[in-house]
Amino acid sequence: MKLQARDVVIHHRRQRYGDMLLAVDGVTLDIAEGEFVAIVGPSGCGKTTFLNAVDGLLPLTSGALTLNGRQIDRPGHDRGMVFQQPSLLPWRTVMGNVLYGVELIGIPKEEARSRAKRFVELVGLEGFAESYPLELSGGMQQRVNLARALAVDPEILLLDEPFAALDAQTRETMQQELLRIWNETRKTAVFITHDIVEGVYLADRVIVFTARPGRVKEILKVDIPRPRDLRVKRDQRFLEIETRIWESIREEAARDTLAATA
Amino acid sequence: MADRAEKPIKYDTIQSHPTGTIFDTVQNYPTEMVATGPLPTRVQHDNPLVITSPLPEQSWFRRHEALVIGMSAVVVFFALWQAVGSARVVSRLFLPAPSDVIESFGEIVRDGELAQDLAFSGTEFAIGYLGATLTAIPLGLLLGWYPRVRYALDPFVTFLYATPRIVLLPLFIIWFGIGMESKIAVIFLGAFFAILINTTAGVRNLDSHLIRVARSFGARDLVIFRTIALPGSVPFILTGLRLGIGHALIGVVVGELVAAPHGIGRMMAIAGATFQSSKVFVGLFIIAGTGMLMTYALARLERHFDAWRPQR
Repeated sequence: MKLQARDVVIHHRRQRYGDMLLAVDGVTLDIAEGEFVAIVGPSGCGKTTFLNAVDGLLPLTSGALTLNGRQIDRPGHDRGMVFQQPSLLPWRTVMGNVLYGVELIGIPKEEARSRAKRFVELVGLEGFAESYPLELSGGMQQRVNLARALAVDPEILLLDEPFAALDAQTRETMQQELLRIWNETRKTAVFITHDIVEGVYLADRVIVFTARPGRVKEILKVDIPRPRDLRVKRDQRFLEIETRIWESIREEAARDTLAATA
Repeated sequence: MADRAEKPIKYDTIQSHPTGTIFDTVQNYPTEMVATGPLPTRVQHDNPLVITSPLPEQSWFRRHEALVIGMSAVVVFFALWQAVGSARVVSRLFLPAPSDVIESFGEIVRDGELAQDLAFSGTEFAIGYLGATLTAIPLGLLLGWYPRVRYALDPFVTFLYATPRIVLLPLFIIWFGIGMESKIAVIFLGAFFAILINTTAGVRNLDSHLIRVARSFGARDLVIFRTIALPGSVPFILTGLRLGIGHALIGVVVGELVAAPHGIGRMMAIAGATFQSSKVFVGLFIIAGTGMLMTYALARLERHFDAWRPQR
């Protein structure tokens, strides 16, 4: 067993309101070695909060998070985060950005460079190693973001809606690219998204979160064989799973609206 | 369009790209010409989707437009000034012509007066400005990074920044005498706060996403400071340095106007009191020239650090 969450409760500090918001309320789940899991849920359901806790950026109120049996209580390079915003250092080149994480974990210069180079190539940016982030398109920036996370060779890859800000065509290209890259590295991956199709297309299992506070509502297995072409999005089985999740999330969104207007 | 149809882009070449990927955009390349007449020469790239052609040739004048127009305006200005001066519409005492200013410049160069004054003012400026740079940048980084340090020092910074530092000059003269030291103190304080406040702002305006990335990789405070805070606030620090030049030069001139044994400011004060207006102009051009030269040097430095910003 790779990542284990047991009864995870997280309060989110809201400076502006001067209170603690219950964001995640008792999440229990297991993610296996080499598995690709997507977490979907209505917006504001605490899925990003949960992922930040897995990365060690947020403290738990109660419960336990373990990665390969080790307690998670701070960030570490056994986890690699791909952020929603590319969050690239604008004064560093593509190569420099991919090197950033590798440098921070103290890998000798020579090895760091060859490693960074390998991942720049893996994400398909070899012609752009010396370009600066502001010269790249949104999709290419996210490729760098992904390469930076992969280059530290984490045990688990955490992806926080990395394609949410991209246009529809680029997003599909990137989904396909992510599967190609994942297929080569076979990293355990947790992918947060509010896009149901994206979650089903990418994942082995889709975990549906309830509306806030976030709990696990249901877990669906995506029994669609890999490698998956973008065409599987039109398959009968795909649509069935997608519809099932869609209904589940509609229910939650409706509940959220009722609660908000009550 | 007909030409384009005859040479269609071969989409089958896309698959043969080494990574087997299709780049989502090609905005990294400046232009793609859409041919309406004959096709321009195409430049071959590794990526078959990137089709570029050279920009149409621009005339020498168009390329150096800003410089040419600016220089012409300056030349016209001085010509007019010389004409007005030579016509002696107003007394030379009141408005010397550029030729008078140059003559006066030659005089003080010859009798060695200028060299002594320049050395005096230059030393003050160098010590005051460098001292301010070396202390204000580290302190500004500290103030930006640690809120509690900022809370403690904010009242003093606000008080001193809001006050024209020149009003402290009488005190400095009592404390340090009318020699170089009192001027250095005024110059130092002038540049110090411009640099300090901008450096602090630079750290406080850091992209919080970048700090989160560093934390996510397990970076400690000191490492985040070195890899994010320092490079991230460079543009602000340079702005502070640039503003600091102006403040420091005010310190030089006004400080010496009040009381000093030598210096450009003192030379101007005496020349002014004795109606040597062309000598006043010499001082004015020296101060302005120093300011422009240093601002230009800093602009070059800024461009060096801004290599990552796309060219406009």
